[in-house]
This record gives sequence, C-alpha cells and structure tokens, in this order.
Amino acid sequence: MLAALTIEALGARFRDGSATPSAAAEAYLDRIAALDPKVRAFMTVTRDTALAQAAEADARFRAGAPRGPLDGIPIALKDVLCTRGITTACGSRILERFVPPYDATVYERLRAAGAVLLGKLNMDEFAMGSSTENSAFFTTRNPWDLGRVPGGSSGGSAAAVSADMAAATLGTDTGGSIRQPAAFCGNVGLKPTYGRVSRYGLVAFASSLDQVGPFTKTVADAAHVLRVIAGHDPQDSTSAEVPVSDYRGGLKGGVQGLRLGIPREYFIDGMDPEVERAVRAAVDVLRGLGAKTEEVSLPHTEYGLAAYYLIGPAEASSNLARYDGVRYGLRVPGARDIVEMESRTRAAGFGREVKRRIMLGTYALSAGYYDAYYGQALRVRTLVARDFRQAFERVDAIVAPTTPSVAFKVGEKEDPLQMYLNDVFTIPASLAGVPGVSLPGGFTLAGLPIGLQVIGKAYDEATVLRVAHAYEQATDWYTRKPVLP
Amino acid sequence: MATPKISREDVQHVARLARLELSEAELERMRVEMDAILTYMDKLRSLDTAGVEPTSHAVPLHNVLRDDEPRPSASRDDMLANAPDRAGDFFRVPRIIEE
Repeated sequence: MLAALTIEALGARFRDGSATPSAAAEAYLDRIAALDPKVRAFMTVTRDTALAQAAEADARFRAGAPRGPLDGIPIALKDVLCTRGITTACGSRILERFVPPYDATVYERLRAAGAVLLGKLNMDEFAMGSSTENSAFFTTRNPWDLGRVPGGSSGGSAAAVSADMAAATLGTDTGGSIRQPAAFCGNVGLKPTYGRVSRYGLVAFASSLDQVGPFTKTVADAAHVLRVIAGHDPQDSTSAEVPVSDYRGGLKGGVQGLRLGIPREYFIDGMDPEVERAVRAAVDVLRGLGAKTEEVSLPHTEYGLAAYYLIGPAEASSNLARYDGVRYGLRVPGARDIVEMESRTRAAGFGREVKRRIMLGTYALSAGYYDAYYGQALRVRTLVARDFRQAFERVDAIVAPTTPSVAFKVGEKEDPLQMYLNDVFTIPASLAGVPGVSLPGGFTLAGLPIGLQVIGKAYDEATVLRVAHAYEQATDWYTRKPVLP
Repeated sequence: MATPKISREDVQHVARLARLELSEAELERMRVEMDAILTYMDKLRSLDTAGVEPTSHAVPLHNVLRDDEPRPSASRDDMLANAPDRAGDFFRVPRIIEE
C-alpha cells in the first residue's frame, strides 16, 4: 500500500518506476476519503491541486529529472500556514472565510522541492490548546483510539501522519504543539531551533516562541523535510543566518561516545508510571548503543509552565489585536461605532480559550501588573534558558519524556489549568528556543503510544536527529500502525 | 478563602482594553478562571530574580537591516479581497469621529 510508505521508500518507488506521484496522490486521497470521516484531521482537502502537482512530478520523473527526495511526496499543512487561494481558518470562526493572498515560505519551499499538497489540517483555535478540542469546527480523533484526543495544537497534522493520510505534514510548536501531538499519535514531530525555519505566512500566536516543523513516520524523513524548510528567509527578520546541513547524511554517526543528559526534574510525582518506565528503558537502549548517560538538573523546570502561560498570552493579546473586523475575517454587522464593532466581532469570532488567553495577556501587560507578572515571567525565562546552557556544557543532548501521560479522552480535561499541565515537559525547550523532537518510545499495555523527547543545543538539530534515529532504528516502535475501522 | 486575585471590575476593565464584549455569565466565568490561573502564577513570585536580566526573545537579534531597494508589493485587489465591507478601494468602517 503506497500510503503506508515513508518518504524514503515512496521516493525509491518513484525512482525505480514501480509507482508514480499521481498514483501516490490518488492512494492518499482515497485513504482520506475512507478514513477522515472518522479521524477528522482535514479542514480542507485540495484534491485538484494535489492531482495537478502530482502530474507535474510524474513528468519530471519520466524525464529522469526529479527535484530531490521530496519530489512527488504527498504532504499536508496545519491550517495556520497561509496558502494562496486556499482557505486558512486557523481553527477560528473569525478566519472561517479567510483566503490568503500569498503563500507561507515553508509551503513555497516544499512546493519548489516537488511536494504535493493534499490539504489543510485541523488545529486548536490559533494554536492555543493541547487536544484540538478548541477548534471552532470539530475535534480531531486519535487514530490509535478514536475516543481519545490526538494532542494539540497540531492535532490534525499528527493524526494525518499516523493514519497514513499524508506522508508528512507541517505543524507549529509554541509550547509543545508539535512534540505533544507527535507523542500522543506515535510519530516523529520535530520543533526546530527558534529562528531555524521561516515564519513568513505563519499566522502569529506568540512571536518569541512560534516555530514551524515536520511530522513524519521516521526520523530520516524528518531530516529530509527539515533540510527543505530550514534556512534564512529575507521575509522573516527573525529567521537565523545559520548554515543548514545535510541532516539525513548526519544520521549515520550513531551515538557511540555521545554524552546524554537525563533531567532529574522530568520524572515527577503524578506522571504515568508506564511513561516513566518506557523512558528509563529508552535510556538503557541508548546506553547499550554506546552513549554515555548521566543525570543532569534543569532546576527551573517547574516554573516554566507559569512563565509560559504569561508570556504566551501576553504576546497573543498583542498579535490578535489585528482581528478587528476591518481588513479581513469576520465582522458582526449593525454596530453603532467602531469600538462596538470590534468588541462584538471579537466576541463572536473567538472561542473560549482564545478569549481567556487574550484576557490573561492583556491583564499581565496592563498598568500596575506588568512587572509582577510579565516582567517576572521574562526573568524566569532567563533562568530556564540558563539551565539548558549549563546542562549543555556537560552533555551533547538531553533525553526525557515528551509528556507526563499518554493521550487522554475527548472531554476529559475540562479545567484549563489541567490542560496546561500537559505541556510541562515541552515548554522549557520552547522558552529556551532550543530544538526538540518527539519520537515513538514504546506503548502502554492498553496500546497507546508513548513519546520520547530528545532536546539539543541551539541550531544543533543534527545531534538531536542523530540520537533519535539511533534509538528509533534499535527499536521497532516506529513500525507499528494503528488499526483503523 | 483567600482574597480574590481579580475582581469583577478588573475583568470588565481588561475586557474593554481587549475589545471583547462579554455577557454577564461569561464575565463571572472568566473571573473565576482567571483567578485560578493567576493564583497558580504566584509560584513565580517565590523565585528570587534580583539581578536577573529579562529574556524577551530566545535568540538575541538586533537591528536586522537590508538594503533599501524598491520592490513590487502586493496588489491592491489582493489586499482588499478579504475585506468584510469594501467600498471601491477602501475598507468601510462605522463612523469614528463625531459630527
């Protein structure tokens, strides 16, 4: 079955002529038609675009001139990334009919590499959430158990890859929105270093944290996608002018002699014992492969969550001020003046979680509270970043759980604080701006995926991926597939 | 019971600043939720941060400049295509200035 293949295996089939990009696109579109009514990962399926792009890729392979490892590969994008002429709703009523006039740089780069767009993927509204339950449209289901959430905010991106409804997808990660759903859905989700990937055309949530990254079936596939999307973009002044390396080639090194840190603070009371057991077993596997492991301390870990839920909302309250019903998006008619128009439009257009964060952020930035909340959060962020810098003086990478527990049931977490606690192990790397990947690290007895997280130094995705690849290839977790009805 | 971190009036004031019309029920619910979240945030105050510089950005960047060369910008029609209320080449809004 073509849809089950990795990017590398599918590319090999295109090159040896035993399959064509059009056949692969058709296989994926058929699978989406059959399964997505249950999984509900897609907001929009771009059938015509996919078939047209696939036909062009067919021609390149026929002519013996494919563009590279992503040529003809069917992909899909989180609905927060702008696509010219294709609705980009960000999971929000306020952008329900928004059709971007330009493409995000990441989509432009994927298209230039020959990738085929299958569609746009569901998400928590404006990427605020950990389950897709905050999507204004519908909740995506976890392919491993349709009664459970896929994680979030990039839940559609994660579920689509696990259900073989795309060979790879892009998501975004602000406090864990790539790594947490990858853990819940049992695939590979990479948050690159802050600044590694252009954010031009990414609808902003928290600008000092947002980063774009891939979901894939293997670490090698993530290396291929990162190679294409990474690198400086003149359209994004925060994108770094740091050279991009051959991440796929760099995977071969193995972990012999690498120093890996196991952070004491990532094994806490109340975490799922099955998750802890799996992560400790993974550390043994890496040690067996020749890595040197040692305990490290990231002492400010427990403060990360509180700092993040002030910094993120503060930046969001400012970024989301643009939704005023004037230039694009929803407008509620009948207002007498502009303040009433804005206030009613925003009341009707934003969901509960988005309103809560706008309120929290506005409060944290308001006169009298600025220093006590926002200022203090920024100072704590310094301490969290310093923790990582100090740990990386001793070790090459950090190995930890991605989340304290596995995928929870739809509707299980009603309280916002309980929901936020999901991000406790992913937020610190976000605050520090360093790269992290989640990959399959085992399964619970009930058959739910467990995520293993590898965190690295700034711009050192190469080592992060190398460690992840060595572990992945020494286990067979990544070969397991959910059984879908 | 501890003193509330945030009053109903505070919530009303912040909602006005944020341009969010909240119903009476929403206002009360928001107050309760914000109160719980802000109580959790008190955790931060227990940390001594004297002498610690704030980090507003993970990667220090200063004055990213490029050559000042004219380039084509997006077309007017493209930019107006999503307007909820367009009047010719303008975005129409309710009256802002009193007569």
